[in-house]
Order: sequence, then structure tokens, then C-alpha cells
Amino acid sequence: MVRKKKYCKMCVGKYYFDYKDARFLSQFITENGKIVPRRITGACAPCQRKLTTAIHRARHLALLPYVRR
Amino acid sequence: MRRYEVVFVLAPTLTEEEADEMVETYSGVAKEMGAEVADVDKWGKRRLAFPVQKHSEGYYTVLTLQEPAGKAVSELERRFKVTDAVIRFLTVRVDEELKRAEKFEKKREERQLRRGRKVSAGTAGTEAEGAEKE
Repeated sequence: MVRKKKYCKMCVGKYYFDYKDARFLSQFITENGKIVPRRITGACAPCQRKLTTAIHRARHLALLPYVRR
Repeated sequence: MRRYEVVFVLAPTLTEEEADEMVETYSGVAKEMGAEVADVDKWGKRRLAFPVQKHSEGYYTVLTLQEPAGKAVSELERRFKVTDAVIRFLTVRVDEELKRAEKFEKKREERQLRRGRKVSAGTAGTEAEGAEKE
């Protein structure tokens, strides 16, 4: 049986996560403003790390919320 | 040469002209301190995701600087801290990220080229098999 090789979808499309692109980053936060975990996004470790930094930066600039209730 | 992105948010109490003027002064300061202003990107008035110093909007500006050391950046940051009209700012050094992204892009292209060759070889193989079955 040939199993399809697992891969990170983030790596394929984009390498650099732009902290200025709030619309793109908002895909990776929940309704409450939390960062979606890796087991759900399917990102590889380096990508998730970059994504996290980008989200943190965006939050500092008030482009993304810290909490949303 | 290092490349920096300096993002800052100005208070919405300023008029559009005042905000523009401040952006001018900051890029002027950067130039004076020996940095090359590669790009000035004004986003205009934008809604904040949460209130900052009781403001719900702000003028966003991205300055892209090119300079050998962080002199202009530290001067700008000092000014941002002193100025009340600047409600948020962030400086990011991007040259290394850009380089890495470029490298990655190149690698991917190479890989795609190699894969392209393999795929064409593979289809040739299956065709031969198909012919045998017939």
C-alpha cells in the first residue's frame, strides 16, 4: 500500500508570514482570538513558529485582537 | 546593509494633513541619520482590533529603511516613545528573512524542475506497461 506522504500545506504556498496581512493571519485564530493549534492547522513546526511570531506582532500593532468575547 | 520595517500608528485625533506631516518628519529623520528610505507605505485611517489609549482608530504607516547599523531606527524609536501622538510602533529587521525566503524559493523551483523530469519519465514507463498488457 502506498501512503501519501504527509506534508505541510503552509510550506507549499507561502514561506514568509507577513505580520501586516491581518486578513491572512485571521485564518489561524479562533473566534476568541486564540492561535489555532498545529494539530488542527496541519502546519509543520517551523511554519507554526513563524506564524505564531507573525500573529504576536500583528496583535501588538492592534491588527489582530488578543481576546474577543 | 540591514533592512528594517518600521510600523507606527498615529492617533486618530490628528487630521490627515497633520498625520502626513509627521510621516514626512520621521522619514526626514531617518534620512538624516544615514538611512535610505526605500519605501513609505501609508495605509490611512484604519480600525484597531482593540482600543489603544482609548482610541479605536489609527493612521498606520510602514517605513522601509535600508541602513548599515541601527542608528536611524534607534533614533526613530526614541522619538516614538517621546511623542504622544504615536500610539503603537514596531520595528522588524527583515533582510535575513527575505534572504531565507529567496533561498527557499530557489530550492523549491529546483525541486519542481527535478520532479517535472521524473514525472515525464514515469508516464513514459506506465505507457510502456499499458502496451504490454494489451
